[in-house]
Amino acid sequence: MTRALLTGNAAAAWGARLAAVDYVPAFPITPQTEIIETLAGWFESGTMAGKLVTLESEHSMVTAAAAAAATGVRVFTATSSQGLLHAMEMVYTVAGWRAPFVMVNVSRGLATPITLESDHTDVFAARDSGFLQIHCASCQEVLDSVLMAFRLAEDARVRLPVIVNLDGFTLSFTREAVELPEPGLAKRFVGTFDPLSVRFRASKPVSQAVAVLGGATYSYFRYECHLAALQALAVYDEVAAEFERRFGRRHDAVECYRADDAEVVFFMIGAFATKAKEAVDRLREAGHAVGLVRPRLLRPYPAAELCRALSGKHAVAVIDQNLSMGKGGVLHAELASALYGQPGAPPVLASFVGGLGGRDIAAEEFYEIAAQARAAAQSGRTPEPRLLFTRGELRQVRKLQALAVAERDELGSVP
Amino acid sequence: MYRIRFHGRGGQGVKTAGRVLGAALFAEGFEVQDAPVYGAERRGAPMFAYVRASRAPILERGLIANPDLVVVADESLMPVPAANVLLGVSLHTVMLINSAEPPATWKARLSLGGPVITLPAMQTPGAESPQAWVGIAAAGAAARLLGVINRHALSLAVGDELEPLGTEAVASNLERALAAFDALDTHAGCVREGTAVAAAGYAVPEWIELANETVRVAAPHIHAAATSMRSATGAWRSMRPVIDYEHCNRCTWVCSTLCPDSAIMVDTQGAPRIDYDHCKGCMVCVAVCPPHAIRAEPERAAVTEAPA
Repeated sequence: MTRALLTGNAAAAWGARLAAVDYVPAFPITPQTEIIETLAGWFESGTMAGKLVTLESEHSMVTAAAAAAATGVRVFTATSSQGLLHAMEMVYTVAGWRAPFVMVNVSRGLATPITLESDHTDVFAARDSGFLQIHCASCQEVLDSVLMAFRLAEDARVRLPVIVNLDGFTLSFTREAVELPEPGLAKRFVGTFDPLSVRFRASKPVSQAVAVLGGATYSYFRYECHLAALQALAVYDEVAAEFERRFGRRHDAVECYRADDAEVVFFMIGAFATKAKEAVDRLREAGHAVGLVRPRLLRPYPAAELCRALSGKHAVAVIDQNLSMGKGGVLHAELASALYGQPGAPPVLASFVGGLGGRDIAAEEFYEIAAQARAAAQSGRTPEPRLLFTRGELRQVRKLQALAVAERDELGSVP
Repeated sequence: MYRIRFHGRGGQGVKTAGRVLGAALFAEGFEVQDAPVYGAERRGAPMFAYVRASRAPILERGLIANPDLVVVADESLMPVPAANVLLGVSLHTVMLINSAEPPATWKARLSLGGPVITLPAMQTPGAESPQAWVGIAAAGAAARLLGVINRHALSLAVGDELEPLGTEAVASNLERALAAFDALDTHAGCVREGTAVAAAGYAVPEWIELANETVRVAAPHIHAAATSMRSATGAWRSMRPVIDYEHCNRCTWVCSTLCPDSAIMVDTQGAPRIDYDHCKGCMVCVAVCPPHAIRAEPERAAVTEAPA
């Protein structure tokens, strides 16, 4: 096993390489492009057997990915942000084809305004599509998750495409030490793709993904998709257990960090969750019983496991790096629906929105979130949702707004 | 943990500098995290790279707000707000600046109380552009300042990171990296590992409530015209086009139309005039000029030779 410095993008490419994918339909978009550049180099040099094809858009790319998977070959693709949105019609469509493949999404804030850095609102647009979602917090997890995602997608009880998500910049362009599994071991773990009933051949025409009229038939097929996604919870646990046996690394559907005896818990996903771990360590040094609960699997939603992990906690501080306009943080809303009415549900479920468009979440902010959650647990009053945004940041915005000269007279002073 | 930031402009090799330093620290047995951050994805635009190194696993991520070492590969970034060079610089922070000016000048200019080191050696006389070799010299210099990287580890790192560019590129870069490494011998180990922000007695963040403002203010629109004129993107240039008016035949439709930044105007006499405040140095005009009357000059040569 080699330990090397790899970016999250390179780790994703290594995952596809070690899974010996046959076909990669591709379209470039920052901050994902390095993934397909890396794979293109390997196909070009003959290091990888198979084919990489650049399509004219992400819409075509996802169509090609699912169509290829429907012929019975192993498919990998990758996109980000506006690219994922451009593909969205087909993202929802192909999940119903029940043709398994793996797509990496490198999270990047959505327009408007346009940006490059991480924000999970992009991948949540695919939340209800039927794609399963694994969310990574380190470059190692990216590689391991791609391997696990193929097992999950191709399992006969699941047969759904899987998104492996990583944060733009904070993982995509960030190098850290990654253990590269020995190719033979990786190959044995992933296994060969058995297309089962999904094996389109020109000589044997089948009609896939037919139209239905009347809600009953529609309901049946849609609910079957939902049941397959739910079944993936148990399959994921099996896959994670086998992965640990073979490689010694455990990636549970829900990661609990110093959470067992914690009174206050941070709840978040993605790369910044490791910052939360760092904050937990420092808060523990200062004598506070704080922990982190991080769902890696968001679809299917590991509701039972989350209820177990959070049962009896005094307060949960949900930190959403996403924003549902007119509602708030998506993780907060989903967790509330999972906890409501459950025995031992924490009395305080506080919502913090931070890290939008890659905005940093400072150590001091984690400490303050913990302090406010602790205070809320004592008073029994859940605080209003809070955007992590400081006076200094507003000054910065005001300066930019003043450049648009016409607005200068209309800007109030910084409160 | 060591927390290091490199600031430079696209094309100066600052991303590579971060990677070389990261690889050298990795070779010395450290856990490492290195990354570049940029907005405008092009040559000359401000960008930075950061490196974290620790004997223990690294959980911190993203922006370094409490640097132990800040390396400034391009001193013209100091007054650029988007570059944020001085973010979190404290008395503990060592500043290494690519500059011919002495440290005392920078201390006075920026009111810096901590150690400042300038390294004119990062500028290579006779180089084809001021960008040449800056990044690799910055990496070598930073490696020496940390004091925990030996020449062998630095050599391995340069070899690993630049291997795809061929053996000649590795050799020439290694020479510059080692020269900068040796030049800072007397400062070896002056950078000390910083500590994490403690959870006891932390500075409470000044969070504020945002108000729902009128759409004219709150939508990301620019109402005033020509505000881009206020951004001197001419600073992104590494090479400058210079018109030889004796040979210019005034076919200005060519250069002024093809300039992608509309930085070539035609004066009342019918002669092309380059707006150096906004010319980004793409050299399209040099390539297309029918009488070959526009030449490319290294920006530094132009700056030092041109009368003020």
